[in-house]
Amino acid sequence: MTSSVSVRDLNLSFGPLTILDELSLEIDDGEFLVLLGPSGCGKSTLLNCIAGLLDITDGQIFIKGRNVTWEEPKDRGIGMVFQSYALYPQMTVEGNLSFGLRNTRMPREEIRQRVARAAEILQIEPLLKRKPAALSGGQRQRVAIGRALVRDADVFLFDEPLSNLDAKLRSELRVELKRLHRTLKNTMIYVTHDQIEALTLADRIAVMKDGIIQQLADPRTLYNRPANRFVAGFVGSPAMNFLDGTLVEADGLPAFRTRDTVIPLDGYAQAERLEPGRPVVLGLRPEHIRLGPEAGNAPHRFEAQFELDEPMGADNLVWLRLDGHPLSVRTETVDGLAVGDRVPIAVNLPMASLFDAESHRRL
Amino acid sequence: MTTSLTATPAAVDGPRGRKPRRRFTPATIMLYGVLIVAAVYYLLPLYVMVVTSLKGMPEIRMGNIFAPPVDITFQPWVTAWDSACTGLTCEGIKVGFWNSVKITVPGVLVSIAMASVSGYALANWRFRGSEFFFTCLLFGAFIPYQVLLYPLVILLRELGIFSTLTGVVVVHTIFGMPILTLLFRNYFASLPLEIFKAARVDGAGFWQIFLQVYLPMSIPIFVVGVILQVTGIWNDFLLGVVFAGNQNYPMTVQLNNVVNAVQGVKEYNVNMAATLLTAMVPLIVYFVSGRLFVRGIAAGAVKG
Amino acid sequence: MALPTRRIPFLRNLNAKIAAIPMVLVASVVFVGGTLWTVVHSFTDSRLLPSTNFIGVEQYERLFDTPRWQVSVTNLAIYGSTSLVFSFTIGFLLAALLDQKIRFENTFRTIFLYPFALSFIVTGLVWQWILDPALGLPNVVRDLGFEGFDLALLGNPDTVLFALVVAGLWQGTGFVMVLMLAGLRGIDDEIWKAARVDGIPAWKTYLFVVIPMMRGVFITTLVIVASGIVKLYDLVVAMTQGGPGFASEVPAKYVFDFMFQRANLGQGLAASTVMLLTVLIILVPWALLMFRERKG
Repeated sequence: MTSSVSVRDLNLSFGPLTILDELSLEIDDGEFLVLLGPSGCGKSTLLNCIAGLLDITDGQIFIKGRNVTWEEPKDRGIGMVFQSYALYPQMTVEGNLSFGLRNTRMPREEIRQRVARAAEILQIEPLLKRKPAALSGGQRQRVAIGRALVRDADVFLFDEPLSNLDAKLRSELRVELKRLHRTLKNTMIYVTHDQIEALTLADRIAVMKDGIIQQLADPRTLYNRPANRFVAGFVGSPAMNFLDGTLVEADGLPAFRTRDTVIPLDGYAQAERLEPGRPVVLGLRPEHIRLGPEAGNAPHRFEAQFELDEPMGADNLVWLRLDGHPLSVRTETVDGLAVGDRVPIAVNLPMASLFDAESHRRL
Repeated sequence: MTTSLTATPAAVDGPRGRKPRRRFTPATIMLYGVLIVAAVYYLLPLYVMVVTSLKGMPEIRMGNIFAPPVDITFQPWVTAWDSACTGLTCEGIKVGFWNSVKITVPGVLVSIAMASVSGYALANWRFRGSEFFFTCLLFGAFIPYQVLLYPLVILLRELGIFSTLTGVVVVHTIFGMPILTLLFRNYFASLPLEIFKAARVDGAGFWQIFLQVYLPMSIPIFVVGVILQVTGIWNDFLLGVVFAGNQNYPMTVQLNNVVNAVQGVKEYNVNMAATLLTAMVPLIVYFVSGRLFVRGIAAGAVKG
Repeated sequence: MALPTRRIPFLRNLNAKIAAIPMVLVASVVFVGGTLWTVVHSFTDSRLLPSTNFIGVEQYERLFDTPRWQVSVTNLAIYGSTSLVFSFTIGFLLAALLDQKIRFENTFRTIFLYPFALSFIVTGLVWQWILDPALGLPNVVRDLGFEGFDLALLGNPDTVLFALVVAGLWQGTGFVMVLMLAGLRGIDDEIWKAARVDGIPAWKTYLFVVIPMMRGVFITTLVIVASGIVKLYDLVVAMTQGGPGFASEVPAKYVFDFMFQRANLGQGLAASTVMLLTVLIILVPWALLMFRERKG
């Protein structure tokens, strides 16, 4: 597969403040890549660097195999969709689509054709004479994408385009966006802080923190095998449980001990040797813990105390205390549990994550 | 292009790192050139005032208006302050200065007090017709003073305060009301309503909420109001002429009388010293307050 | 019987109503009442004191027949249009320059705005001195070798208005600039980014995108500046006293002179009513526009 966008050793700093540090990233042709991270992690900054809206301090950027490090944004073969959509409010939809082209002294006929083609793909033909103020959120998004489309952009950049909208509209536009990507097959780079958006849209997700890519992987890998504790905690809702403890040996097999509880690491796909005595953190997703009768006759069962439950519609989030640690469990039934009741639980260890307590790396 | 010793194979692929830019492009030279020329134009009158006020009359008659003083003298300042003639008397501009102080201080205090309470009532305690009166008030901001001069003369005469300090303070309070009330109303309306509701649930009434909750959190907007009124009242001319009476003429009126007095030889250095003295108070307020001054004048424009 | 805790509506929030009394009095008695008084008495033959002897539109007929009033109105029109054009052009230009992420932005802004903090009297007197035909700027230009250069702006009836415009611009352009700058800062940064991605040069972005987006700021600034121009008085008194002759007379000065010096109250009131009408012509369309936009 050919590389569509390639970022090499990118560095961006303002004086002593380093925003992006030695960042490298290869994006495949036609890939939908999501940059995910909390605010201030540098994801939007990276996008602006790729667009050429920010001057980088060091490194290189290639788009379609061409070095565009010193190119102006308009010459990079990109189209960009902004959070506010940034449509020109005093121009009609048609004006918005053609303004950039008219500026390149493109023949009138070709402009007309391109606008017509984009309008057809996006199904906004009836809106061409309207002004942005008279459009709905979804229509505005399509016009913003159309502005990138008419420029025949190879790469589409999205800067948190859904974060200004309410939840319902957001999920509608998400689906539409995915459909559109399937039709257009363009490379798309999409910045968001919303993990649901990232998981649903992306071919691959790059999770960022402090200007560094923490993990670059497909959504399933990211969710099931997070590379470090930050990714584990950031992705997934309700959030992963973390238990502090140490590695021990039990019956000749590696196990995890926290206070008086010893959990044998039976079936955990370890990446390196698990030396006893090492301080570690065990990460358990709420849906990977079974409760009460569901725990059945699993080989290793533990006892926890019931505290409270949060009904979430389809299922429940139950809060327990395991040896003093708070522990949330996702379960379908909660029957007649009272505060302080002792309930058996079982852990799906192949789905667990184990991190080094100091480096926070996955073990 | 930069080539470093540790060049990786990638570095051969073309440009790398920051795009080299010339420090002084024609565009930036133009930009700063225009700004500096404009700045000189704006500063020139201030410069002329200062140098003229420090020259003796012979030097002014001989020389160039822009030339710096050869023999610096402070006599014009002393004369302007103490003994310049206003047409009738020769007591200098100091009389006007103290009159302006006597008008400005109560004028600022009374108008701010009135307007802040009105703005608060309009923002949080709307009553039937309050918006109507507020619209009338805003309309007042645009009525030329000339339309209201005579009705006010009659009103003040009936109240027995025409041609008095009290009278001119009342007039300043009236004319300051529209813009200040707008300023305070918009500010109080921008505060989270939850605070107001919480205070009411806690049993606080009109005055308690104003004095104990809103006042402490609104110091900046009061400062903006004070800046607006100090410069506004100090710089006023027309209302001072009409309503203050001869003994209470503010500094601007006295200054105009000194400079534009028909009789006698024109002493430009004294005139400029007197002008600078009059300009001093608003200038100090302006340079000290900085951004708040800007906020004050923008408040009138950006209606919410 | 109503519930005992329920008070009569009038007494609800009594303190608020008491506190609003000054505001209500100023708005109704002074602003509305005073305006009505003036308009009504402009139809009387009031001279030294107000009278209630109505004489129809005679005062207005006399007003528009008076050469001094005609000159005043023409002067105001010339002064107003010239200073509007220049203060908007220069003000927007300076604001756009300051918006280029320049160094010392605060210093430049402080310099451009300080004259606005001064009294018109001060402005008038300084420029009167700078433009002094014998010792001021004209003299400097002559000294530079331009013999016979006679830029006596203030002494010449044809040019005296431009002296007023120069002084007025010096004082007021900074204000326009500040409002324009606030408008420019209100433009979403992403609009600029979008224009850059589209490859649109900065001047075109200003002309076709930013300025149309700032329509509201332009209109509001226009209304404020224009209704300020109608009141022009202090500057003229300080700088030219309306001279030479009647060459720099303005309506506000006409009103003042007829009311307080010529003891011809009826004339003054008629003239001030015309001033009020002028302001209303500027104000009403704007108020309607704002009202419509807020509803829509």
